[in-house]
Amino acid sequence: MSASERSLADHPQSHHTIVHRIPAGPMGRHRQINISENERWVSGLGGGALALYGLRHGGFGGILLALAGGSLIYRGVTGHCDIYHALGISTSEKGGLNASVRHGEGIKVEKSVTINKPPEELFRFWRNFENLPRVMSHLETVRVIDEKRSHWVASAPAGTTVEWDAEIINEKPNELIAWRSLEDSQIPNAGSVRFERAPNGRGTEVKVALNYEPPAGSLGSLVAKLFGEEPAQQVAEDLRHFKQVMEAGETPSVEGQPSGRSATSGRQK
Amino acid sequence: MRALCWYGKNDVRVISVPDPKIINPHDAIIKITLSAICGSDLHLYDGYIPTMEKGDILGHEFMGEVVEVGKEVKKLKQGDRVVVPFTIACGRCFFCQKDLWALCDNTNPNARMLEKLYGYSGSGLFGYSHLYGGYAGGQAQYVRVPFADVGPVKIPEGMSDEQVLFLSDIFPTGYMAAENCQIRPGDTVAVWGCGPVGQFAIKSAWLLGAERVIAIDEVPERLRLAETAGKAETINFAEADVFDQLKEMTGGRGPDACIDAVGLEAHGTTPDALLDRAKAAVYLATDRPTALRQAIHACRKGGTVSVPGVYGGFLDKVPFGAAFAKGLTFRMGQTHVHRYLAPLLSRIQKGEIDPSFVITHRLTLEDAPYGYQIFRDKQDECIKIVLRP
Repeated sequence: MSASERSLADHPQSHHTIVHRIPAGPMGRHRQINISENERWVSGLGGGALALYGLRHGGFGGILLALAGGSLIYRGVTGHCDIYHALGISTSEKGGLNASVRHGEGIKVEKSVTINKPPEELFRFWRNFENLPRVMSHLETVRVIDEKRSHWVASAPAGTTVEWDAEIINEKPNELIAWRSLEDSQIPNAGSVRFERAPNGRGTEVKVALNYEPPAGSLGSLVAKLFGEEPAQQVAEDLRHFKQVMEAGETPSVEGQPSGRSATSGRQK
Repeated sequence: MRALCWYGKNDVRVISVPDPKIINPHDAIIKITLSAICGSDLHLYDGYIPTMEKGDILGHEFMGEVVEVGKEVKKLKQGDRVVVPFTIACGRCFFCQKDLWALCDNTNPNARMLEKLYGYSGSGLFGYSHLYGGYAGGQAQYVRVPFADVGPVKIPEGMSDEQVLFLSDIFPTGYMAAENCQIRPGDTVAVWGCGPVGQFAIKSAWLLGAERVIAIDEVPERLRLAETAGKAETINFAEADVFDQLKEMTGGRGPDACIDAVGLEAHGTTPDALLDRAKAAVYLATDRPTALRQAIHACRKGGTVSVPGVYGGFLDKVPFGAAFAKGLTFRMGQTHVHRYLAPLLSRIQKGEIDPSFVITHRLTLEDAPYGYQIFRDKQDECIKIVLRP
């Protein structure tokens, strides 16, 4: 049985750092996280130091050191070690088995927006997940597989993409959609969106709750924060775009407009 | 096309830039026939507004002819002659539908920037920094106007550009300021600031039934215009104590409503004004509210203070205790231009007011940098400049 077919019931989760035995197998499309948080930090920082030293030292030895440092950084950032995988070892607390985010772990975001449209209209738009990349800038595509399942592709920091499968776990027409990612997700995530009538003709209150593990653990989320991609902020922006598209039929933009920065002639430097 | 671009404090230049294009389906492109320099443009010129970038095109008072429309535009067509409100509104959000157009939820692409400052963001504005969306302005030959079915108002034949241009900003601004005074029969309205907005506030106070209008300033030609065109009584604050004068002129009561048409770059020589300047120079305070302080102090008990004058940041030493003790009502904010376009256009058509009375200088777009300088320094008896591209 490959790692992806194992269910949560078979392996009790543990809060301590333990080395789990996983049968070695083909690497598969998704790189599983198999290094613990602490070890990832050590790997990332240590690799950084080693790479710098190697680059400064120069020469053939220096290049080897820099390469070794680079692979340690990669290990820290992605949380995946090929050697561990080949040996069937995981030092990650979760053993790479999550179908959804464990209680108390990951990043939690709750954001709401009021939209001047009835709940039915908003629910209908959201329920067809293939609409969502229109309003969520980080989503590249969503493909609906069947009644409950869909495949999601999102852009991640440093120009990469992450993909996962998700299934709807609860649905109340015009009120609620709840989902979770399936096993083997690059970013385990679970969330819900609620649609409630806002008071006295104000439309609908849309409340999103999202719980997820960013692809590179805390290290990655810190980097994302530094580069202005803080998750709560991103969700708030996505909800704003949803509101603008539903109310005004477009998102406001000044992209491509003229300015002195695109001047053709006559400007003194 | 030619356009007036901002390059820093005291540095605006007219240069050649690409023509605007349709970006969103509700856009239209306007060929500008007349535009103007606004008092609030001077805050940009003086470097008071953050998030400006070199090369930004300025100008938010403009009108012209529609030359191109996006595919979702239904009401406007090529050839229509329109005046464009300086606030950009979608027409479909909670605020637009409640006639609060300047608070539109959906027209500021940089809403999150403004939210950091103010908690919530209002509408985008033309030519007024990236905080308000970074929209290219209309001191240019062409401009792209979002939500073209919502904002622009069509101008009938037989009206000159100069008669209607100020529907874009300063006439509705002065009118809303007067409306916010909630004028009742017998009321005296005091107006601080005899610039163009103040002049329209004075005229609007009469239109709305004021018994008396008293105008306050120090610039001779502006006081004179308030007297001749505005039919107002005047006080020169450099020569008289404003509080005492107003008290005696109103039988010891104080004015029923006070309009602060001055805003954040108030001038003055009183100790508080000098302290404001010193603090602003070292960034301890951002705005200089001399006029607001005087208005609060002078207003009668239970009266209204109406604030059209732009404020941006934080005020220091504002007599809020006096405001509380006297039970004052404050009404303020960015102008909801869309609300006033039809009614004020109608008043102009009926001959109740000719807004062109404020114009003192008619320049070409190429001379706009000179215009900014004399407007800011109040040289050559400058009160309002219009620009022909």
